[in-house]
Amino acid sequence: MKLVYFAWVRERVGRTDEEVDLPENVATVADLVRWLKTRGEEYEHAFEDENVVRVAIDHVHVKPEASIAGAREIAFFPPMTGG
Amino acid sequence: MAATIRIQSGPFDATAETAALTEGRADIGAVVAFTGFCRDEGGRLSALELEHYPGMAEAEIARIAAEAELRWPLLGLTVIHRFGRIPPGEEIVLVLAASAHRRAAFEAAEFLMDYLKTRAPFWKREHLTDGTVGDWVEAKDLDDRAMERWR
Repeated sequence: MKLVYFAWVRERVGRTDEEVDLPENVATVADLVRWLKTRGEEYEHAFEDENVVRVAIDHVHVKPEASIAGAREIAFFPPMTGG
Repeated sequence: MAATIRIQSGPFDATAETAALTEGRADIGAVVAFTGFCRDEGGRLSALELEHYPGMAEAEIARIAAEAELRWPLLGLTVIHRFGRIPPGEEIVLVLAASAHRRAAFEAAEFLMDYLKTRAPFWKREHLTDGTVGDWVEAKDLDDRAMERWR
């Protein structure tokens, strides 16, 4: 599964994207965030306020309780400031 | 109705885009155009840098445009959003909404901007006139509330 990061989430994680093999017990977006936070300080820092970081699965906004089954690309980013 | 949606780094010409939207059309009675510009924030900024999520930006704007079409009888829609480094005085975003009558065009243009601000995957970062890179722009509660009122 491919993970991509944008803006200050990308800067805190220290990479634009990565391929990950997830343990079977990671079923939802919230599970994935919890798992990422075990991978090091950079992830702890990026997700320190979990309610702030937004998530999209295959280019569609989703909520933390969304299932990640079948996802090809999961994106993490701050609240949007375009327009 | 097919909306025109473009994500680009270069400038756009709002007048030319309006002409393209209305060319050969006798049914359009109203076009509302919104252009958002980069401000210098009282001389503090040398540029805004816009990061975006390629692929999702187009897809999300298309979903917002489809939602607008469900709500108002639109006859044409153009959304152009720039990315990259944009100096003060240059345009960032264009929304054109065309309809037979003005109310639908006004409301749809405002709806599109409110949704773009909070749902289209773009992020602004400040570049300062002293040559340093500033902070990421923080999302405003005001923008969230502006979107909520369309629910």
